Amino acid sequence: MVWEWIPRNVGLIAELLGEHLMLSLVPVVIGVVVAVPLGWLANRSPGARAVLVPASGLLYTIPSLALFVVLPGILGTQVRSPINVIVALAIYTVALLVRTIADALAAVPAVVVAAATAMGFKPARRFVSVELPLAVPVLVAGLRVATVANISLVSVGALIGIGGLGGLFTDGYQRNIPSEIITGIALIVLLALICDALLLALGRIATPWERATREAARSSA
Amino acid sequence: MIEFRGVTKRFPDGTVAVDHLDLTVEAGGITVFVGPSGCGKTTSLRMINRMIEPTEGTVLVDGRDVASVDAAELRRGIGYVIQQAGLFPHRTILDNIATVPLLLGWSKGKARSRARELMEIVGLAPELAGRYPAQLSGGQQQRVGVARALAADPPILLMDEPFSAVDPVVRESLQDELLRLQAELGKTIVFVTHDIDEAIKLGDKVAVLRVGGVLAQYDEPGQLLARPVDDFVDNFVGRDRGYRGLGFLSSDAIPIGELRTVTLGEPMPDGDDWVLVVDAERHPQGWLNGAERNGARTVAAEHLVPGGSLYDVGSGSLRSALDAALSSPAGIGVAVDGEGRVAGSITADDVLRALDDVRRDVAAA
Repeated sequence: MVWEWIPRNVGLIAELLGEHLMLSLVPVVIGVVVAVPLGWLANRSPGARAVLVPASGLLYTIPSLALFVVLPGILGTQVRSPINVIVALAIYTVALLVRTIADALAAVPAVVVAAATAMGFKPARRFVSVELPLAVPVLVAGLRVATVANISLVSVGALIGIGGLGGLFTDGYQRNIPSEIITGIALIVLLALICDALLLALGRIATPWERATREAARSSA
Repeated sequence: MIEFRGVTKRFPDGTVAVDHLDLTVEAGGITVFVGPSGCGKTTSLRMINRMIEPTEGTVLVDGRDVASVDAAELRRGIGYVIQQAGLFPHRTILDNIATVPLLLGWSKGKARSRARELMEIVGLAPELAGRYPAQLSGGQQQRVGVARALAADPPILLMDEPFSAVDPVVRESLQDELLRLQAELGKTIVFVTHDIDEAIKLGDKVAVLRVGGVLAQYDEPGQLLARPVDDFVDNFVGRDRGYRGLGFLSSDAIPIGELRTVTLGEPMPDGDDWVLVVDAERHPQGWLNGAERNGARTVAAEHLVPGGSLYDVGSGSLRSALDAALSSPAGIGVAVDGEGRVAGSITADDVLRALDDVRRDVAAA
């Protein structure tokens, strides 16, 4: 490890770090927006669930490199467009989250949903103010998996020239600079850990009742 | 007033939950739907606020067919207390109670101050306002459930086995609390339970339903105990119905007899009879068995034999009078006035004679 390599290339590192973050987090946001209605649908109708859950599972089995290569043909984008990576990772995020959200919604106690209906919530408002908030803890757990997976998968994009910090692997390998490769690995791991910790903290802040529930369960046990 | 007119509910799998129900729930009273599981009591309740739609027939609230009203609007005007309270785990107690006012578009401030008011009405300490439901006991959660149902002051309250998940002691205090609240608020309450004792305690009228959703008997609880229409109701009402039925008969006709008393600290009375010991305010303290005074000169606490139940002359029933007589070690029941001071004696014979009189009156009428 040649430590001087880092200060000499700080501009490149910062640029790739920004790209890496964008390529991994934008798909998470898109994935949630798409997966929540699909999860809602899967929870509502057994028929929809029978299709959506296995289908999303199948999506996850497509190799990422294959997806990066095929997508330009389907989307009509340039081969080196970041949109390919974003769409591919959004598909993986959806694949991970549909089942998670459907299960989280199914776990909301029926008596709570019935109470909300009896109070006069209309279905859409009931979903937003009762069912979705109660699904947040499980949703956050799914988001953490999807985010860490995306941060790792982005680097595969380096093989087609858009891989954020993954660019440090390919470049370091071609030019035989081990310090560049090590820096890339270390930064990706660090990024994944930080994003995971941030999501965990955000999830805690968004669900203050969870702590109260846990403590009550502990004191009664 | 709530009317069921020829209401039938058949579920897609073919089960008939409610079968041609015709029933009128009077305004301002507690009407209890009671029966074994599968008798359609909860289904019937849920057809009032359209949580379930009838297959045939109509449900009317104050003369209006509920099917003609927007379901969500209808529900905001009808309080609902669900089994196990069904509180929103992610909302504080205050926000749980404020739910319906907020749905009705009240400002947050107004809804919360109304919620605080309700916490007081149902007997919840104000410091619970910011807690989450999981931090409360079962009984407290159930009070929150009642407060939440009352928040927008609906004229009708539907209660679906609200006290079934709490222990018997808490249940009894919640039942007493409900009766106290109802005496103040005068809502039209429809209460569902599988517990006949709860039905008889709470109901102004009780509808006994049998499996398959057929109404077996719809009557005042005293009538249900005195005259079950068939074996099903008789069995369902259960043991001791003759004795429990006395609870609904007035004891005004029972003559109050003289009762020999002695005050604590006074000299021992003569004779071998039982004497009631009282304090300076004439509150009963226990009995003195004249045959076992063992040469003591004054009456002291150590001589007392614990007494039985007391019969309150003002608000008693034949049941409490008979119980006072039966539970007394002396075989003489102690009658007390509203302040708990000794008013006189009653015997089981007096009670049985009074029961004969009541029966004759009923037969004549």
